[in-house]
Amino acid sequence: MIKKISLFVVFLAVILSMTASAAVTTLVLDGSTTVGPIAKTFAAYFTKKYGVRVNVSESGSGNGAKSLINGSCTIATMSRAMKAAEIAAARQKGVNPVATVVALDGLAMVVHPANPVRSLTKAQISSIYCGTITNWRDVGGPNARIVVLQRESNSGTEESFKELVIGKGVQITGSAETQSSNGSVKSRVSSTLSAIGFLGHGFVDGSVKVIAVNGVFPTVATVKNGTYPVSRPLYFYTNGQPAGLVKQFVDLPNSADGKRMITELGFINR
Amino acid sequence: MAGESGGECNRTNAFVVSARKRTMQKVAKKAGESMLFAVASFVAVIVLFIFYFVARDAFPFFQIRGFTEFFTSSNWYPADDPGEFGALAIIYGSLMVTLGSALIAVPMGVAAAICLSDILPFSIRQYAKPVIEMLAAIPSVAFGFFALVVLAPLLQNNGGPMLMWAWWILVSPFVLLAVIVLSDLLTAKIIEPKRRQQMHIFLLILFSFLSIFLLFKVGTVLYGIQILTGTNALNVSIILSFMALPTIVSVSEDALQAVGRDIREGSYALGATRAETILKTVLPAGSSGILAAVILGIMRALGETMVVWMASGNSSQIPEPWFNYLQSIRTLTATIAGDMGEADQVTGSARFHVLFAMGLLLLIISFVSNLISERIVVRQRKILSGQ
Repeated sequence: MIKKISLFVVFLAVILSMTASAAVTTLVLDGSTTVGPIAKTFAAYFTKKYGVRVNVSESGSGNGAKSLINGSCTIATMSRAMKAAEIAAARQKGVNPVATVVALDGLAMVVHPANPVRSLTKAQISSIYCGTITNWRDVGGPNARIVVLQRESNSGTEESFKELVIGKGVQITGSAETQSSNGSVKSRVSSTLSAIGFLGHGFVDGSVKVIAVNGVFPTVATVKNGTYPVSRPLYFYTNGQPAGLVKQFVDLPNSADGKRMITELGFINR
Repeated sequence: MAGESGGECNRTNAFVVSARKRTMQKVAKKAGESMLFAVASFVAVIVLFIFYFVARDAFPFFQIRGFTEFFTSSNWYPADDPGEFGALAIIYGSLMVTLGSALIAVPMGVAAAICLSDILPFSIRQYAKPVIEMLAAIPSVAFGFFALVVLAPLLQNNGGPMLMWAWWILVSPFVLLAVIVLSDLLTAKIIEPKRRQQMHIFLLILFSFLSIFLLFKVGTVLYGIQILTGTNALNVSIILSFMALPTIVSVSEDALQAVGRDIREGSYALGATRAETILKTVLPAGSSGILAAVILGIMRALGETMVVWMASGNSSQIPEPWFNYLQSIRTLTATIAGDMGEADQVTGSARFHVLFAMGLLLLIISFVSNLISERIVVRQRKILSGQ
């Protein structure tokens, strides 16, 4: 009996020490699926270099903001700027969100590789998403109904797309399909002949075809100099000015290693 | 109570037990009973609490926006400013996939249950039932992944031929049965045996040709269909029916087993064939259990979230025309799961509360159907036991 109790005590002690040590040296990141690859790569790098555990969740930019406001994450990764309402909610809870730009990202419009359409104007894309253009024939493609793919409402990519392409006060058609991540948009576009969707630039690969917007393809140069019309900054949000470990993490994009990692992931250095 | 404890005393007096031990026993008995009671009431309390908390957060939505928009509009733009909260298309989508999965799963499930309980030998049944029940152990996200990655492209690329084969395989046995039964019925009144036989054969041939023509005609129409998007109501219905099948098969098989050997043997003793025994004796006797099974299976389909979120396409639209299973739809469960992340404190209350209104609607639907099935089961039992 005594043996059992002592075993239990030891077990309890181990658990307690584990949680105690975890509380000291863990960074928690939550938010955008677009920023996810950067956050994960940084996390692995950070852990290797400083021996600090970094947990990364990808639940959408909106959830990232919420986590930061609730205090359940140290850094919120977001693919859009915080909204005024979110900042107000944060202030109310005594959280002071501070943004750091991590990288730039072009939103690539993608179609199935077999689709002959090479370029669309912003107005055409907008009409497709609002349901006024429903056939590829109308934009120089084959006679096929367009399958419109969008992201769900807590996606920062979706909000950026709406803001950059469609504009305020216009609604995306109800027949647009909703996907929950960049990856699932890519897999749906690569397997659906008449689909159109949008992806973070870093997610594009050979399985989908990128089309030009207003005649400009998303590349490092066009995103950096602003000629590609659908691009946006990606953010790390912290509570107050970052300090200590958090500052070291947030400053990673300034270092040579950080820049290399961002480029390797297909994002663009600011 | 007093009599009971007296009985207890008499019993324990038969053995030599000390007074102290007897009190201990009594205390232990009371403690055990109250423990069990607490656990049982805890479960009931959980249900009440869920109802209470969902309803508490659902009512503000109706206070803010009223009932009309929610139930009559299909404009679902919760993220806009001001938002629109028309859930008609979403409610319709939920009912559509539930009906679709029931249409596939109920005939298949009941047929499989009959086969397991009355047709297959015991040795095979022993292995077949656990294998079917294993379907229930597959996590829904695995089903969803299959629907998204395998079934959706398959439907897009070979949708027409697949529909045609499904039509042939599923419908032709029923048509065959219908042809036989129909010609039987139509010739039943002819008294003269020779004429009846001639007429019977003539009708059989006539109906066979007619039905084969019909099968072919519909088959070619189906063959020509080009499915635009594989994440649609059909895809979800198929997968949901797979998920509902183990429940339906397992529970209805239990119900058919419970009918008992004596009733079956009574039927055979009266000269009934095996088909007559199954159709006219076993099925009616087990009907309450089968109904319970069907409702359980349908509830599984209605409440499923992950699969529909991944594979339904999530477009808030009523398909055009309304019975078109080849278009994307959106369901209540998927909307709650998908919109919850953003809904919280950010853009104001209606957007948050509307999800609870949907949750309440789901709760009410399942509560009512459970109640109905309970009623039917009780009534059926009364009829069968002859009260």
